[in-house]
Amino acid sequence: MTKFEMSDDSVVVVIGTGAGGGVLSNELAQKGVNVVALEAGGRYLPEDYVNDEWESFGQLAWVDPRTTSGDWRVSKDFSGLPAWIVKAVGGTTTHWAGASLRFQDHEWKAKTNYGEVEGANLLDWPIDPREMDDYYIKAENKLGVTRTGGRAGLPGNNNYLVFEKGAKALGYNEVHTGRMAINSDDYDDRLACQQTGFCFQGCKWGAKWSAAYTDIPRGEATGNLEVREHAHVARIVHDDSGKVTGVEYFDKDGNLHLQKARVICVAGNSFESPRLLLNSASSMFPDGLANSSGMVGKNYMRHMTGSVYAVFDKPVKMWRGTTMAGIIQDEARHDPSRGFVGGYEMETLALGLPFMAAFLNPGAWGRGFTTALDSYENMAGMWLVGEDMPQETNRVTLNTDVKDQWGLPVANVNFSDHPNDVAMREHAYRQGQAVYDAVGATRTFPTPPYPSTHNLGTNRMSADPKDGVVNKWGRTHDIENLYISDGSQFTTGAAENPTLTIVALAIRQADHIAGELSNGNL
Amino acid sequence: MTLTPTPRKLTRRQLLQSSVAAGTIAVAGTGFIAAPNAAWALEVTEITEHQLATLVQMARDTYPHDSVGDEYYVIAVKGYDNADQKEFIAQGVAKLDDLAQADGAPDYLSTKWEDNRVALLKQIEDDAFFQTIRGGLVTGLYNQKAVWPIFGYEGESFSFGGYIDRGFNDINWL
Ligand SMILES: Cc1cc2nc3c(=O)[nH]c(=O)nc-3n(C[C@H](O)[C@H](O)[C@H](O)COP(=O)(O)OP(=O)(O)OC[C@H]3O[C@@H](n4cnc5c(N)ncnc54)[C@H](O)[C@@H]3O)c2cc1C
Ligand code: SF4
Repeated sequence: MTKFEMSDDSVVVVIGTGAGGGVLSNELAQKGVNVVALEAGGRYLPEDYVNDEWESFGQLAWVDPRTTSGDWRVSKDFSGLPAWIVKAVGGTTTHWAGASLRFQDHEWKAKTNYGEVEGANLLDWPIDPREMDDYYIKAENKLGVTRTGGRAGLPGNNNYLVFEKGAKALGYNEVHTGRMAINSDDYDDRLACQQTGFCFQGCKWGAKWSAAYTDIPRGEATGNLEVREHAHVARIVHDDSGKVTGVEYFDKDGNLHLQKARVICVAGNSFESPRLLLNSASSMFPDGLANSSGMVGKNYMRHMTGSVYAVFDKPVKMWRGTTMAGIIQDEARHDPSRGFVGGYEMETLALGLPFMAAFLNPGAWGRGFTTALDSYENMAGMWLVGEDMPQETNRVTLNTDVKDQWGLPVANVNFSDHPNDVAMREHAYRQGQAVYDAVGATRTFPTPPYPSTHNLGTNRMSADPKDGVVNKWGRTHDIENLYISDGSQFTTGAAENPTLTIVALAIRQADHIAGELSNGNL
Repeated sequence: MTLTPTPRKLTRRQLLQSSVAAGTIAVAGTGFIAAPNAAWALEVTEITEHQLATLVQMARDTYPHDSVGDEYYVIAVKGYDNADQKEFIAQGVAKLDDLAQADGAPDYLSTKWEDNRVALLKQIEDDAFFQTIRGGLVTGLYNQKAVWPIFGYEGESFSFGGYIDRGFNDINWL
């Protein structure tokens, strides 16, 4: 494996190896750019993954301390776990379910299309939707997304069949087994899905796309990419001209190293990326790097989410087969007559018994709760995911009272729903319950949001440097050789699961960086 | 404070062989508690039999599943039998028993109806004691592989080749 010197200041350093960082690293390496990717977590491959919810969580999840505030229920029920994300090579693409949807055109221009929404800090993306078409195609081909590029859809499992029947009974039209980064046939040296049902625990067949066993090893095979695992970046350093020059990171034994860099790309997911910029404050940048707008950490979005589970008088066995096995898209449109702007998707979801006990109604006890679990075998479930409103007060800040294992101030995540989020969730609960009632559900459960799986917006993209942290390429407005390459650059969240867009933006950013490097602009 | 059922001197062996007094759990008073049908018996070291029996009943009342045997609830709470948490458990159980007495019963364990015991738990719902026991049960009970089949959950499936040929779409009542 290639190794670069710590003193090599010609390399691009990528921080984090998930959907954004993992893809960017490989794309750059394929173009002949030398990359050092630093990943806080360890390396786990399909043979290491375990079909066991809590054991897998212990293996992969990011459990370094974080704190929470605001009136979201996660802050009460899971105060130290605002997000359910991964610390490992490949990042959260090991956990993810694989739903891969493009944004709808109007969602790129939320401010223009939704108008002023009181209390929301809406903005248009500085990207034209047509600029993304080719990148979406590239991303779909990379991930092997079903129902795109001539790839077949996946077969529907029991959970889906219940959902589909209810959806059709309600008159929904856009109902199918989803556009999934899960192989319906062998594709790209990866097997077809075996319907094992542990997609959230890492796919042991490699049927689901994850950067851990695709982009990362392929990048390494070029000889242009070195991935250092158990490398936790503590600080980005800069010179007197304000250009960034390297990163300080802790290795697994707690030794601090300085890796020099020509360009630095931050892709630590939407809590760690702003945290790192804030923790890198210096006398020249007292408010943190790239923060002249004051927007670093602000406008945190997590999607309007919620779930509906339902029990029937007969078995469903929803845990069998793909975790996210189908979608209803009829409610994804923007239609303010429903009482809110933006839209939402309905996607089947199954949890195993251990997670169901933890997440169905956190904190609940007694027979009201346990009789639901008694019917676990007869349960079907769906997840609701829609566009939430960016708000400046929803933000990641440093909590200097709490330090992580490296002595670094941790991220505090403050979040409260916007009234639009609440109105959308209420609508989504009603529709979700109606879907199951239409198939004869005997009881339905409007289940509150889990710790966030979609984390967006904390270094958002803006045309005007006053409104956000990065420009249309993910390049920080303030520092020309510092980039943001993960979901934190999202200007607005759209209704769709974000990863396809994170990947498309990473491919696009690789083109841009490689171009700037060869033009001598970096 | 009276214990129910009446303590009897028995060895662990006898406990395992014989069935003891009626009731959910026998507090044997020799450092053991046991199931009436002797399906299981457990030795306590730091906390008392009464305290462990109370924890087991409390676990059942918090997450009641009528087809899940006591042994699983015992496994879920037996970790509290340690020197560090001894005082915490003693205080929590004492408070619960005091509330039961105020309600006219000798203690929590001898409060006969689940509804009445649940009413007592409601009074301590916000206490660290209740929240610790409840929170611990979420994994302590539901993450026991042995309880999964009772709920129909099939657990690991990779080693069986997934469900592709084993009924991922076998629903027949739609
Ligand atoms: C259970 C679950 C299901 C999901 N399902 C879907 C889905 O169906 N569809 C979809 O689109 N999305 C889904 N997601 C979301 C998706 O996984 C994320 O949107 C995506 O992975 C985010 O990419 P990212 O690059 O921003 O961050 P990540 O993929 O989280 O990668 C960030 C990486 O950076 C590393 N890192 C952080 N800080 C540092 C540091 N200081 N130094 C070094 N390394 C650092 C982390 O360890 C991590 O590996 C799901 C997520 C979860 C948890
Ligand atoms: S259901 Fe399919 S995609 Fe999910 S873990 Fe199993 S094989 Fe992988």
